[in-house]
Amino acid sequence: MIVPDTPDTTGQPTLPSPFSNYTLDAAFDEMLGTDGRPRPHYQELYHRLLEMPAETLYQRQQAANTAFLNQGITFTVYGDDEGTERIWPYDLLPRIITGGEWETIERGLTQRITALNLFLKDLYHDGRILSDRVVPRWLVYSCKHFRREMHGVHVPHDIYVAVDGTDLVRLPDGRFAVLEDNLRVPSGVSYMLANRQVMKRTFPSLFGSYGVRPIDHYGQALLGTLLSLAPAGRPEPVIALLTPGVYNSAYFEHAFLARQMGIELVEGRDLLVHDNIVHMRTTGGLKRIDVIYRRIDDDYLDPLAFQRDSTLGVPGLLNAYRAGNVALANAIGTGVADDKAIYAYVPAIIRYYLGEEAILPNVETHLLSDETSRKYTLEHLEELVIKAVGESGGYGMLIGPYSTSSQREEFRQQIIANPRNYIAQPTLAFSRAPCIIDNQIEPRHVDLRPFVLFGEHVTIVPGGLTRVALKRGSLVVNSSQGGGSKDTWVLVGTTNVMNSEA
Amino acid sequence: MLSRVAESLYWMSRYLERAEHTARLIDVHLNQMLDQTGGDENLRWQRLLRSLRTSLPAGEIDAYSITRLLTFDETNTSSIVSGIAAARENARQVRERISSEMWEQLNRLFLQVKQASMERIWHAEPHKFLNSVKEGIYLFQGITDATMSHSEGWHFIRVGRFLERTTATAVLLDTHFSVFLTEQSEYDNEPLDYLSWVELLRSCASFEAYCKVYTAAIRPAHIAEFLLLNAETPRSIRFSCAMMQNALQAISKATSTRNTGRAERLVGRLRAALDYDQIEEILSGNMHEYLENIQRQCALIHSGIYQAYIAYPIEVALTSRGAAQG
Repeated sequence: MIVPDTPDTTGQPTLPSPFSNYTLDAAFDEMLGTDGRPRPHYQELYHRLLEMPAETLYQRQQAANTAFLNQGITFTVYGDDEGTERIWPYDLLPRIITGGEWETIERGLTQRITALNLFLKDLYHDGRILSDRVVPRWLVYSCKHFRREMHGVHVPHDIYVAVDGTDLVRLPDGRFAVLEDNLRVPSGVSYMLANRQVMKRTFPSLFGSYGVRPIDHYGQALLGTLLSLAPAGRPEPVIALLTPGVYNSAYFEHAFLARQMGIELVEGRDLLVHDNIVHMRTTGGLKRIDVIYRRIDDDYLDPLAFQRDSTLGVPGLLNAYRAGNVALANAIGTGVADDKAIYAYVPAIIRYYLGEEAILPNVETHLLSDETSRKYTLEHLEELVIKAVGESGGYGMLIGPYSTSSQREEFRQQIIANPRNYIAQPTLAFSRAPCIIDNQIEPRHVDLRPFVLFGEHVTIVPGGLTRVALKRGSLVVNSSQGGGSKDTWVLVGTTNVMNSEA
Repeated sequence: MLSRVAESLYWMSRYLERAEHTARLIDVHLNQMLDQTGGDENLRWQRLLRSLRTSLPAGEIDAYSITRLLTFDETNTSSIVSGIAAARENARQVRERISSEMWEQLNRLFLQVKQASMERIWHAEPHKFLNSVKEGIYLFQGITDATMSHSEGWHFIRVGRFLERTTATAVLLDTHFSVFLTEQSEYDNEPLDYLSWVELLRSCASFEAYCKVYTAAIRPAHIAEFLLLNAETPRSIRFSCAMMQNALQAISKATSTRNTGRAERLVGRLRAALDYDQIEEILSGNMHEYLENIQRQCALIHSGIYQAYIAYPIEVALTSRGAAQG
């Protein structure tokens, strides 16, 4: 997945060290304007880096790596070596977003999650949007994450998605667009928080000189959101985070969040359901649980209702849920709304429920169930990105320009066999931000995952997880595929980078 | 507290205590070997293995291979590296229940042991490495006491530590006394194998403490009394047992809804015996049986803890005790 990095360097000023390898291309550059000069909100960082001896930069990166290793901030990679723990590469340089840009993102995400929750409620009750033929009925019912068990089930306050992580990318024209929604069990928020802690330790003075909006209250906000879901008549609700266990790739995050919120971290084997009440097994006997922040996929949640051989879940949980004795965040069956084929309809969904245009645009998406699109796609596989609709984490994806002919052939067969299962998108040159690569500073592609909480009101902590494709030219930012991450700074104030660009 | 969490904390602590004990025993033994010329070196290694409840390996027995077996051999579940890895794995399972400082120290210790290699430590002086393991574990215990709330979980950590210490010390004493005391008369006189008795005291990190009570006059009877019945030295069986009882009482208080029964009664009985038994009687009776009984009691206390707090049957919890409607 290496981009033929042949930027047009003619007429581009050569930058001083440590930026001598820094080149601009068609993608939006977070730090430099098209004239090669730093954008206003990056100036301070830029000048600090010019003055900083290479030695210091190196030392700080080392210090940051040690901090991550000693804290055991690791993730697990599936596939190659069962259960290998690795540090997620952390890049020292912050990704900076102006207050004005953030304001747009915040409004756009609030609009989006509001509409998607209305959509889910509608789907699992009256299905108006289907009768009105805004979203095709067959598309919804053929989605593998649609759960018919949820039909007619009342969920607390009609909140299906309480915790959401939406992936944004910045297009060459500088606008942010939504690349995908993650409405099931989005992860990464602990890295956002850990990155900030490490940043404050390694670059205290730089951090202090920028007015960066704090994000540390995420744990509190999440707890508040979960509390708001508690069943009525439970004045002091007990909340637990349900994890698949230490071998899950995001276990670190589960433990981290449970600690931040001061709630119990439980596994399926700690819980049991009796008379439709969920209990956990404690040293003092059984204790009732009211809200479960579950980090287990629907499929594994309850062996009596879903996958029968799952040992991660809790037998009887679905019935307790339907009886209204326990709340789940997120609800069961939210995956239907982040299906990548449904994604193409989100602007229409927003229009349908809210009567508004989407503030954050979608990326152009073709459903391959459509014959014309399919024909076009099959002829242009080497230009497009193909994604399986129900996958996440960068699995089940073909990036046309960097694929081999045998990979393309494999996808061609799969598309023909099951067109509903695939979508096609243009290969996007999403924006690049400066990163430390071998003691020099070079641009790498980044995306942004802000974390949205939907309880009594919508809360979005100002920031998110900026993921970096550390391989030169690569567009894949997933931790499981060689990506890294950065701290994300949202600045106080509302100067907009687009407007202030000289 | 979740039963599973209590279980992990208990085992984390037991494994660390075991690793620390093993490191100290090897360290003392290697050091002692420098002074002990002659005699059967092989036999001494066998004794060490016996006091660590490790079976004799096939093949050559020499300082290098035994040290490797007890230190770095990952296939040996009682090696130091296995113990620390198991402790860390348990801690990892309950990371949100221990302080970040504890986790960082344990993780650091794990990485340090993982990165060390037998070849390197053997040439660089094994003492340095073994000492750093001990210190790493002491540091962890200090961090635990200083940063973790002294509530239920902390008490489970203490139960694990002192139960392990009681058992391990009983095994060590048993091995030593059965080998070195064949004749009754030797109890009160200067023993023939002076160095071995010093080794025993050092193996319990108690040489200096012993000298303060009995002076440097090494008498097996005094040593037995000190390591079994002394109420103040943190390595004696009586002291460990008292700590274990304190912790179990605190746990039963914290989980007040339930009748804990067995484990507490067993530990109370063991402690009372150690409080009132006379060393002369123990020595004139069957020392081996006495020590074996202590090990048996520890095993019973362990299963008592499981019955009361960890693996209780659900039916019982739902009916007689009633679910705590939180």
